[in-house]
Amino acid sequence: MPKKLLDSKEIDRTLTRISHEIIERNKGTEGLCLVGIQRGGVHLAERLAKKIKGTDASSSDIPVGSLDISFYRDDIRIRQPAVSRTDMPFDVEGRKVVIVDDVFFTGRSIRAAMDAIMDMGRPALVQLAVLVDRGHRELPIRADYVGKNIPTSGGERVEVMLEEDGHEDGIFLVSAEEKEDGQGGHGHA
Amino acid sequence: MLSGRHLLGIKDLSAQEIMLYLKSASSFKDILKRDIKKVPALRGRTVVNLFFEPSTRTRTSFELAAKRLSTDVINFSAPSSSILKGESLLDTALTVEALGADIIIIRHSFSGVPHMLSKHLRVSVINAGDGTNEHPTQALLDAFTIMEKKGGFEGLQVAIIGDIIHSRVAKSNIYCLKKLGADVRLIGPATLLPECFRDLGVKTFSSMEEGLEGADVIMMLRLQLERQGKGFFPTTDEYFSQWGLSNKRLRAARPDAIIMHPGPMNRGIEISSDVADGGNSVILEQVTNGLAVRMAVMYHLDERKEQ
Repeated sequence: MPKKLLDSKEIDRTLTRISHEIIERNKGTEGLCLVGIQRGGVHLAERLAKKIKGTDASSSDIPVGSLDISFYRDDIRIRQPAVSRTDMPFDVEGRKVVIVDDVFFTGRSIRAAMDAIMDMGRPALVQLAVLVDRGHRELPIRADYVGKNIPTSGGERVEVMLEEDGHEDGIFLVSAEEKEDGQGGHGHA
Repeated sequence: MLSGRHLLGIKDLSAQEIMLYLKSASSFKDILKRDIKKVPALRGRTVVNLFFEPSTRTRTSFELAAKRLSTDVINFSAPSSSILKGESLLDTALTVEALGADIIIIRHSFSGVPHMLSKHLRVSVINAGDGTNEHPTQALLDAFTIMEKKGGFEGLQVAIIGDIIHSRVAKSNIYCLKKLGADVRLIGPATLLPECFRDLGVKTFSSMEEGLEGADVIMMLRLQLERQGKGFFPTTDEYFSQWGLSNKRLRAARPDAIIMHPGPMNRGIEISSDVADGGNSVILEQVTNGLAVRMAVMYHLDERKEQ
């Protein structure tokens, strides 16, 4: 059985803390927008936006975008990604952009996301919020907001299941052997 | 999910594969609306346009699509090439491959040339029109335009009008639309209407008024005077009076019918100017969509090359 690392209450508390940290670090919410990486990051970005608005009474709606990074990946020939839609209902020019992803691993997805955002305009600054940091970075990239640090071995896999995809909220560690069965949500191998 | 590393014709594709191209094309269309209309998806790849037939729009569209994917593009057209010095078609293609091409886009006046090349080359081959056989990316861009305008294909009434027998565009579109679940009717003079599509459940009409009745999509074709011998119809004036699309004829179709044309148009021969420039026309959108669809095709073919 995959090992449960965080349950739904813990995920909720973690997101609440991150939303407070985002407001604190940016001294409010002016010019703030969240960009979720398809697919796992998008739902988390939406949840964070709600929490930020709920916390900061003076805040208006925080714009949320979803970003598909297929065209910016450096491993396009390894997988065959079905391309999802990029939907950025605002201009990133001059904004404070917080990239949101579920699992922070090699850093390659974040590199791709930054390149994709830069091609849309010049943000004032870019920050990174992740629910899980599992280590094994291959690029000099760090997160500004981390939900939980989970040390893993390279062969393991961290799976984030979310209500929005029809699961019960939960973060699981799947061992190398279990991975062979190859099922579950959107993993990060 | 995808069949091979070449795109030779719609006939070989599954509906699922066609839909994958159309879905990805929406994402590429979004990129074309940005200030920076370019993504690094195929950086370092080389695309060669090998055109043995005159073409401006298809070649330009492929060239721009390839550039939007960050590839290097080389254009190679027959009249200025060593074909004039007697080199065989296959030798030309092998030479282009040896130069380091990853994708070869070929147009030729003989049917089957892309298929022949694909058997001898390691690169991906994309058919940009072979004789009177197929023009698969045109059918994909037409399907993409229809999907955007009509939301789907099931039960949609599509009328294809004109010089069907010489048209690779019509052939690819018939295969494509039938696979996606649309109803297809062909309209034109009996001399230009082949019988061979009856087996696919395609109806044929010689009267515009009957054929256009209730149509959701009207697809006009260019009269391919250069491929025709004499005797298919008396004069181009006579042709327009019988099978040309005018505002009056349009009334038989649904009021929200869209009008398509693969270009280049012969105004006053197959279509009147007021229809071509009217509110139902999506002819220029087809051109924009062609870029997005060709980007999607090159992107997905490249993915499969090393698998």
